[in-house]
Amino acid sequence: MNGDDTKGGGQGAGTPPESDLSARLRRLETQIERKRPSAAPGTSARPRDTSRTPLGQAMTLSTEFVAGVIAGGILGWIADHLLGTKPWGMIVLLLLGCVAGFYNVMRASGFAGRGPSGARPGGSSGTGPGDETGAAPALEREKKGGSGHGGHD
Amino acid sequence: MAVTIDPIHQFELKSLVPLGHIGHQQLAFTQSALYMFAAVGVIALITIVATSSRAVVPGRIQSLAEIFYEFIDDTVHQATGDQGKKFMPLVFSLFMFVLVLNLFGMIPYAFAVTSHLIITFGLAALVISVVVGYGVYKHGTHFFGLFVPSGVPKPLLAILVPIEVISFISRPISLSVRLFANMLAGHIAMKIFAFFVVQLLLAGAWSVLSPLPLFLTIALTALEFLVAALQAYVFATLTAIYLNDALHPGH
Repeated sequence: MNGDDTKGGGQGAGTPPESDLSARLRRLETQIERKRPSAAPGTSARPRDTSRTPLGQAMTLSTEFVAGVIAGGILGWIADHLLGTKPWGMIVLLLLGCVAGFYNVMRASGFAGRGPSGARPGGSSGTGPGDETGAAPALEREKKGGSGHGGHD
Repeated sequence: MAVTIDPIHQFELKSLVPLGHIGHQQLAFTQSALYMFAAVGVIALITIVATSSRAVVPGRIQSLAEIFYEFIDDTVHQATGDQGKKFMPLVFSLFMFVLVLNLFGMIPYAFAVTSHLIITFGLAALVISVVVGYGVYKHGTHFFGLFVPSGVPKPLLAILVPIEVISFISRPISLSVRLFANMLAGHIAMKIFAFFVVQLLLAGAWSVLSPLPLFLTIALTALEFLVAALQAYVFATLTAIYLNDALHPGH
């Protein structure tokens, strides 16, 4: 990768180990923070809030759902081709894809994710589109959703 | 009325240098490839040339490069923590590539490379293969614990694991479709609203209404600039979030 080399070269002479570099960066950061007026954190957070425009959110949620359905459909088609289970793989996996799509949407919108309250748009909205990291509360939610789904069937 | 509208025409690939055939499939150096080379050239200009002086007090282009660098570094750090540092070059390259191509698409008469699904899917496939490859390389089979949620009763796992797998497979699709659909829809919308101006101007007395779609076109253009930058940012953020799963696959 050409770009990587040049990036490394531009970053500083030689490449110190990562822990050393990050320690130096952290030290520098605290020094800068001390000298900077206190308004800085607010301004650095502002560009993230614009990523939550209604249009962007609508686009995100719809693609999340459609992608789940498409992935299920593709998997079903492949399963049918490989296993010769003509209609059933498609039917079952398309339905599962639908569920996965809903799951994606719930995660993206913050209903399932880093906890029901913490991940709502008001919070740290920068990582909003994919709150996949904190999954334990997500799965409790999902469990409820899943059992509810089973009850419907 | 002789004017006809063809909003899809702008996305047609034109072969510049034919390179031969594989079977019946024509190979060619298209204008899409040319734009991608141009994008790489612009990025190289911004990053290599601008930072070559390494001034302590940066000039215009150097501070532009520094802003991009710090922005992506911040994004990657937020999503993946300290260990994600090694993926910073990948995310930075993807962000710059998508951003520059999106902005190239905003130049009148230019071609929007990212409005082709195969381009965005190629980028998303790269991201996901890095995630899976690095996850397996680093954590072995433990990486697949990503698909097994913890604290769930055993019988439910039979349903939840397939859902998690499909959800994971849907990631490259949603990543690529989001960028592609935004660019495609935006460019078609701009084309159509701009065409309304022409059509109204030719419609006799109705031409008094023609400023309306004109204002809408101007507003749409501004929106498209926002979308172009935003989608590049979203692509980079999601890449960083997915890479985080490869770094810390524990559930």
